[in-house]
Amino acid sequence: MIEHEQVLHVAKLARLRLSDAEVEKMAGELSGILDHVDRIGELELDDVVPTSHVIALENVLRPDEPRPSWPRDAVLEQAPDPAEGAFRVPSPRAES
Amino acid sequence: MSDLLGMSVAEAATRIQAVELSREEYFDAWRDAAAGDELNAYLWRAEDRAVESDGPLEGIPIAVKDLFCTESVPTTAGSRILEGHRPLYTATAVRKLTGAGAEVLGKTNMDEFAMGSSNENSAYGPVLNPWDPGRVPGGSSGGSAAVVAGGLAPCAIGTDTGGSIRQPAALCGIVGLKPTYGAISRYGMIAFASSLDQCGPLTRDVTDAALLLSVMQGKDLCDSTSVGIEGGIEAPGREDLSGLRFAVPTELAQDAIEPGVRAVFEATLKRIEELGGEVAEVALPHAEHGISAYYVIAPAEASSNLARYDGVRYGMRAEADGDVVEMYESTRAAGFGDEVKRRIMLGTYALSSGYYDAYYGRAQKVRTKIAEDFAAAFGSFDFVVTPTSPSVAFGLGEKTDDPLAMYMNDFFTVPMSLAGIPAISIPAGLAEPAGGGPQLPVGFQIAAPAFGEQKLLDAAYALERAIGFDAKPGVRADG
Repeated sequence: MIEHEQVLHVAKLARLRLSDAEVEKMAGELSGILDHVDRIGELELDDVVPTSHVIALENVLRPDEPRPSWPRDAVLEQAPDPAEGAFRVPSPRAES
Repeated sequence: MSDLLGMSVAEAATRIQAVELSREEYFDAWRDAAAGDELNAYLWRAEDRAVESDGPLEGIPIAVKDLFCTESVPTTAGSRILEGHRPLYTATAVRKLTGAGAEVLGKTNMDEFAMGSSNENSAYGPVLNPWDPGRVPGGSSGGSAAVVAGGLAPCAIGTDTGGSIRQPAALCGIVGLKPTYGAISRYGMIAFASSLDQCGPLTRDVTDAALLLSVMQGKDLCDSTSVGIEGGIEAPGREDLSGLRFAVPTELAQDAIEPGVRAVFEATLKRIEELGGEVAEVALPHAEHGISAYYVIAPAEASSNLARYDGVRYGMRAEADGDVVEMYESTRAAGFGDEVKRRIMLGTYALSSGYYDAYYGRAQKVRTKIAEDFAAAFGSFDFVVTPTSPSVAFGLGEKTDDPLAMYMNDFFTVPMSLAGIPAISIPAGLAEPAGGGPQLPVGFQIAAPAFGEQKLLDAAYALERAIGFDAKPGVRADG
C-alpha cells in the first residue's frame, strides 16, 4: 500500500507537481499495480544473475575520430528561452 | 485508382522499378488517400514528395510513427511536451528507408511516449479502429496499424517495447513484426525503455514486412547496441511447414482468452499441422510473471529517459513563478499526460532508495528466468506460438479506468520483449467480441530465437498463404 506521503515524496524525486486529486488517485493506482508486481517477491531468485542487456555484446568500440556536431544556433533555436548563446532558466535562488 | 492502392508494397516497388508505374502517380494516389483520414491516425501528412532516391523501395510512401525523429518535420511522440518540436536530425531507420527510395507519407498518432495499449493516451486524441470506429486500434503504434488497415498508407513503421507493434497489428488485422533487440538501430527513436525498445514494420503481408526489415536492419555507429542481422533478409518463400516444431505454452490454458480468440488460435494450430508442422506443449513457467517484471523495468527506464523533458533545451516550458525547480515541476505537470505521469511515478518508486532490490533488482532476475525458459523451449522447438492479444479490439473507454486491466493486454507479447527475441503477429481470422457484435480480426503470434528473423518470416509466409486472410474493414475511413 502506497501512502499519501510516499506519493508526494516520489513526485518530488521525479520533479512532477501533482494536484491533490492526482495524489489520491495515484496512491490507489500505484498500490493496485504494486500488489500485482509483488507476486515476483514469491519467486526463488537468490542465485539468478540479473539481466540488464539481453543480447550478448562485449567491448563495443568505434574509432575515436572527431565529427562535426550540430551548429550551436540551430540547437539554441529549439530552446524555449535561448539567451546570449546559452539556455536561460529561472534562477535557482529565485524567491518563490 | 483502387487498383493502385490494392497492390502490395513489394508489387508496387517491382512495377515502379520496371517503369510500368510512375512513382508520382503512386505517391499522389496515397497522398489523396491519406488526406481522407477520419481515424485521427495521422498527426502530420506530407504535401509534396521528398528528394528522390533509388533502391528497393523506390517510390514507396511510408507512414512513420511519431516516435521517430524526422528532420524539420514535427515530431511529438504523442505528447504535449513536444508539441511543435522539429528535430535537427532523422532517425537511422527512417533514413535507411528514404535512402532506399521510400518517401515519408506522414507521421502517425500514438500513445504518449509509446506508453499504452489502446492509443487513448495520445495528447492529440485517440485513434479509431478502421474495423469499428467505436473501438481502439491497440497501441502504442495504433496510428501506424490503423493507416495500413484503413487504406491510408501502403505500409508503416512503429516501435515495440512490450507489444506496441504486434498488438495493434493484431487488433487491426495486419502483419506486425518486432525484430530481435539490436536488429535495427534505435538512433533517433525517442526513448521509452531503452533495453526493450525496438523498431519494426506494420504491413499488409509478410513479404512486405520482410522487405522493410531488409532495408532497416543493420549495425549503426550511432547506436552501440545495434548489431544487424547477419546475412541480411530475403523475400520469404517457404511453401509448407514440414520439419518445423511449434510450441504452445502450457500456461496458456489458465489465462483469460476470449472464446472467439481461442477458437481462431486452435484452428490456426490445426492449419500448422496440415502444413506438415508439429505442434506440442512446452512449459514457460516464468512467462506469467512477465507483466510484473515488465511493469517495473519499463517504467524504471522511462523515469530515467523522460528526465530530459525539463523545459530547458527543447519542447515546451510552462511559465512559473519562482526558481528553476518550480519551472521543471510546472513544465512536467502541464506537458505529460496521466499515463506517463503514472509510469514515471512507478519507475521512480521502483528505483528509489530502499525499494531498488525488491523491485528493479528482482525484475531483472525474472527477466533472466524468462529468457532461460525461451532458450530451453528453443532447444527442442523452432517457434513458440500464442494468440497475440487475449481479446479482439475493445471499446473506446472500456479499460481507461483500470491501468492493470489495460496492462494485461500485453500478457502474450511482453515475455518476448523481455527475452529480446523476434516475434511476428499475422492475421489468423475473425472472431466475435466477448460482448457480442460484428466480427473483428484476431492475431496469431510466432516467436523465434534471437536473429532467427528469416526462418520466422519464411514460416509466417507459409502460414499466411494457407490461412488466406482477405477480410477488409467494413467501415472504411472514406466511407
